[in-house]
Amino acid sequence: MLDKNGIAKRIAKEVKDGMYVNLGIGIPTLVANYIPDGISVVLQSENGLLGMGPFPLEGEEDADLINAGKQTITTLPGSATFDSALSFGMIRAGKVDLTILGAMEVSENGDIANWKIPGKMVKGMGGAMDLVASAKNIIVAMQQVNKHGESKLLKSCTLPLTGVNCVKKIVTELGVYEVKDGAFHLLERAPGVSLEDIKKATEGKLVINSDVKEMEL
Amino acid sequence: MKKVVAHADEAVQDIKEGMTLMLGGFGLCGIPENCISALVKKGVKNLTCISNNAGVDDFGIGLMLQQKQVKKMISSYVGENAEFERQLLSGELEVELIPQGTLATRCMAAGYGMPAIFTPAGVGTEVAEGKEIRKFNGKDYLMELAFEADFAIVKAWKGDTMGNLIYKWTARNFNPVMAMGGKITIAEVEELVPAGELDPDQIHTPGIYVHRIFQGKNYEKRIEQRTVRFENKTI
Repeated sequence: MLDKNGIAKRIAKEVKDGMYVNLGIGIPTLVANYIPDGISVVLQSENGLLGMGPFPLEGEEDADLINAGKQTITTLPGSATFDSALSFGMIRAGKVDLTILGAMEVSENGDIANWKIPGKMVKGMGGAMDLVASAKNIIVAMQQVNKHGESKLLKSCTLPLTGVNCVKKIVTELGVYEVKDGAFHLLERAPGVSLEDIKKATEGKLVINSDVKEMEL
Repeated sequence: MKKVVAHADEAVQDIKEGMTLMLGGFGLCGIPENCISALVKKGVKNLTCISNNAGVDDFGIGLMLQQKQVKKMISSYVGENAEFERQLLSGELEVELIPQGTLATRCMAAGYGMPAIFTPAGVGTEVAEGKEIRKFNGKDYLMELAFEADFAIVKAWKGDTMGNLIYKWTARNFNPVMAMGGKITIAEVEELVPAGELDPDQIHTPGIYVHRIFQGKNYEKRIEQRTVRFENKTI
């Protein structure tokens, strides 16, 4: 079974040279730590920055330079800043190659819910609805079961949707799934995880081919 | 052409009860601190505020919420404010949550003289309820209307006496599109210079959109999430 860093590490293998990538808050942010050496990618932060660099050294924080999680960050050689409309313009126009974000639920047809739990505090969708509606490729990083042991890979989402029919790939603590033709297709299982574990943790339609391998990290 | 005013109090003096305001900033980054303080001092109530976020409990729009000056917030993310949550749950505050790109583009549309935009954000979700959907090239889009705001209040890094503005780093965020979108736009800047000192090629917001400008003071520029690294490590 993978921990959060393990999920991030596996997702980092999906990041290819030359990509523009938007990383959501939480596990997706950790992906930046595992992008392989020798690969050149540009991280987009939807508050208006292409070329997000690492956190600043202590004492070099600048209140005017933050990421979409409101964390202090840095720029890199070749960075560009712009306004929020332009930022979502490049997202809407499909210029961002890969979007990695978290989810509370995903359905077998690729619907995603990640912004609201009715009756509890509603924080808002931020840029998630814009991102999932337009991204060419969306990978979801999530825990496959909730704290009550219930599956979050569902036949249909129970929570208010963020977007419909948009998730292409999911990486959880148990495995990697491709979402297509109305089912979760298991591509890889996490180290030490059995197919039985995966079946138990998947409520939606699950397709397991005979040659599913354990993932390599 | 007299755009320069002495201070925030003068800039906001005719903002009245019940008006709709656009307030620039992302989180606490690039917010018009001086004007928010002036609005708090003025105590004007029943405001509708279009702003990506609602500040934190004791800073930014949070200060206006404390004094119950806000009737309605139109935002994309409001998760950092306990007083906000309390007012929302008690029904004192009305909130309309909309996707961030939609929020920015509805401001921009106002400044571009376009009555509406079409966006795929929110199709198939509760955001789409009651909205017109149009199909272009086989894909569904929501029609979202340009905002109408009585005032836009923005913060820039530098400005000149003609109202031209330049922003810094990611403190730009919603400020340029809101500056364009208000019927009357107030800009507070860290440094106000005479016309001619800013390079025309570097202007982000042309002065035609800005009606009042002043040099702000005592900027706190609070950081919401101070994150640092140690030598030789990345994020």
